[in-house]
Amino acid sequence: MAAAVVLRRLRPHRLVAPALTTTTTRGVSDSTDPLTIETSIPYKSHIVDPPSREVTTTPHELLTFFRDMSVMRRAEIAADSLYKSKLIRGFCHLYDGQEAVAVGMEAAITRSDAIITAYRDHCTYLARGGDLVAAFAELMGRRDGCSRGKGGSMHFYKKDANFYGGHGIVGAQVPLGCGLAFAQRYRKEGTVTFDLYGDGAANQGQLFEALNMAALWKLPVILVCENNHYGMGTAEWRASKSPAYYKRGDYVPGLKVDGMDVLAVKQACKFAKEHALENGPIILEMDTYRYHGHSMSDPGSTYRTRDEIAGIRQERDPIERVRKLLVTHDLATMQELKDMEKEIRKQVDTAIAKAKESPMPDPSELFTNVYANDCGLESFGVDRKVVRTVLP
Amino acid sequence: MATAASAASSLQYAPHGVGAASTKKPRSVVPAATARGRRGSVRARGGMAARAAANAEAEAESKSGGHEVLLFEALREGLMEEMKEDPTVCVFGEDVGHYGGSYKVTKGLAEMFGDLRVLDTPIAENSFTGMGVGAAMKGLRPVVEGMNMGFLLLAYNQISNNCGMLHYTSGGQYKIPIVIRGPGGVGRQLGAEHSQRLESYFQSIPGLQMVACSTPYNAKGLMKAAIRSENPVVLFEHVLLYNLKEKIPDEEYICCLEEAEMVRPGEHVTILTYSRMRYHVMQAAKTLVNKGYDPEVIDIRSLKPFDLHTIGNSIKKTHRVLIVEECMRTGGIGASLRSAIIDNFWDYLDAPIMCLSSQDVPTPYAATLEDATVVQPAQIVAAVEQICQ
Repeated sequence: MAAAVVLRRLRPHRLVAPALTTTTTRGVSDSTDPLTIETSIPYKSHIVDPPSREVTTTPHELLTFFRDMSVMRRAEIAADSLYKSKLIRGFCHLYDGQEAVAVGMEAAITRSDAIITAYRDHCTYLARGGDLVAAFAELMGRRDGCSRGKGGSMHFYKKDANFYGGHGIVGAQVPLGCGLAFAQRYRKEGTVTFDLYGDGAANQGQLFEALNMAALWKLPVILVCENNHYGMGTAEWRASKSPAYYKRGDYVPGLKVDGMDVLAVKQACKFAKEHALENGPIILEMDTYRYHGHSMSDPGSTYRTRDEIAGIRQERDPIERVRKLLVTHDLATMQELKDMEKEIRKQVDTAIAKAKESPMPDPSELFTNVYANDCGLESFGVDRKVVRTVLP
Repeated sequence: MATAASAASSLQYAPHGVGAASTKKPRSVVPAATARGRRGSVRARGGMAARAAANAEAEAESKSGGHEVLLFEALREGLMEEMKEDPTVCVFGEDVGHYGGSYKVTKGLAEMFGDLRVLDTPIAENSFTGMGVGAAMKGLRPVVEGMNMGFLLLAYNQISNNCGMLHYTSGGQYKIPIVIRGPGGVGRQLGAEHSQRLESYFQSIPGLQMVACSTPYNAKGLMKAAIRSENPVVLFEHVLLYNLKEKIPDEEYICCLEEAEMVRPGEHVTILTYSRMRYHVMQAAKTLVNKGYDPEVIDIRSLKPFDLHTIGNSIKKTHRVLIVEECMRTGGIGASLRSAIIDNFWDYLDAPIMCLSSQDVPTPYAATLEDATVVQPAQIVAAVEQICQ
């Protein structure tokens, strides 16, 4: 999309005749003509000039945002009921409410850029091109899961899309992300790494260690703090002396972004990518919110009021925001969007049904992938030829 | 030594074409056939007969030709050769670059390969080990140095959870070809915190391979093999062994990561050992031979997985086992090895397996007390006499 620098609101873009025809033939607008929309609030910045509030997008892109976020929302809600019917066990951390971060980020970058995140990774996996069936199969521990059923909810990965997971230990993925950026710099790839963590992980020492190294060596890493204001049950003001996570970088610039506004996220990520390639690390704090508790074992209402959750849903829901944009700019009608959501619901249900058909992993899978090349029982000749050996 | 300011601004790229990983030139190496007869054979374990012959010739052949090196120089040679051949091999660690490494293993490498490939890290073991894992996920082959193995305890989470597990939890998508190395073991009055033996802590981590080098020959060979391996490998070096001198071949060679080394063939008892204790065992062996015993000494080298093939064949011959290790008794390598031997070779044993390990105490500073924490040759002699009654 060409970066149109027109800083005025364009007139609503009418593509086809008014809705006299049925929804199937009229179709929603998928034009790629530029459209400029203002973000909800201005950016707050730390030692850097913030990007403009005016975001260029297209009707097609907005539609994609709506669709992708709706798929994610539907998938997470479906995962909720699967968990309650004991098809998903263990830990299940749901992302509903935070979809704008995953979708907006994806819109600003390419699949050659790397993303690494913590355990709230279902939607990030989907945003990176992950398959719904593979996601649900993994959640249910089946053979066709994206990690062959051996990882589970917290270990989704997609190598061909440069998605590096999927990590259970809070904060441990931050140095890994700096390592990815190191490799990108080492090979002069011209790509960046988005290293996601939460407001709880922001107090981990390894984060500051990693920040120091990233700044020292100008690694092309963008540290993204998905601040949903609660580290499990502890509110940010009770855990952090300074909840201004975007300022915590000290010598590293930072930007505070409304994480419920997908366009703001997209703009910020684009800005951050350009910055990181030139100047090294930058911190993005995404002000976002999760509707579910920390995980399925957490009701999510003992440390916050239902009014608060309902209020955010009412005023800042990312999908509703895009829906309003689509309707006010006359790019789709409410009915069309409702139909789209119905179709998405069916899509997700079909994926779940397909995933349920997938069998449990074969018992031999217990021992595969412990080592590369199977149990390390191979010797490497001087010419790198591999020879298999057998124990008595 | 460069100042901090100039170091920050001078991460020049290596002259060896970093970033041009695709133009790896073919390796010019000695084919496996002519490597026959080297000690610590590069042939597959299947070639038992060939290896037995090789061991006999090994002594003679390695004495002819070759060059003398100290152990740390052998490690450096191995590292340098791999870095020359493969532009994705890089080194992370504290003071590995401009300072040349606290034990001189990386001396001169920063000048050869540049500051990005031989990276001086701040003192942040947890994160730079994590960075190494991340870089390995993305296709580089980092060699992470812990200035002392004990410091890597700070990185235990990264080593256990990320390094060891990512290949499995990603369903095989990501390989972690990282090498984590550093000196450990009890030195000369270094104090409790700097005399740690981490092999016992790391041995339960699934997905990790562990090797311990003990001679310049196997140090170079294991370093090269570890770098080439697709698995994460922890290479245990010993503080007191860095100045050992030996003649090693001029030609390129590597050692098998999963093979044990037959140090001294014998008939009466199998003594399994590794790292520095090998030398205490060999010293005891001299005394034992004078007393009429014929111990078979095996340097197990591969701490995870154990080379049960070599070990088993030895037990089938001698029927008696003594394990001599520097780990602490509780939960040490010896404890696991004992278990493995009992599970697999119980019928061949004529005596209970004895295991001599370090005492379960923090290593004291006083010289006499420190000597008492580790196994001494006299104790080894007494143990063999007891087993062979």
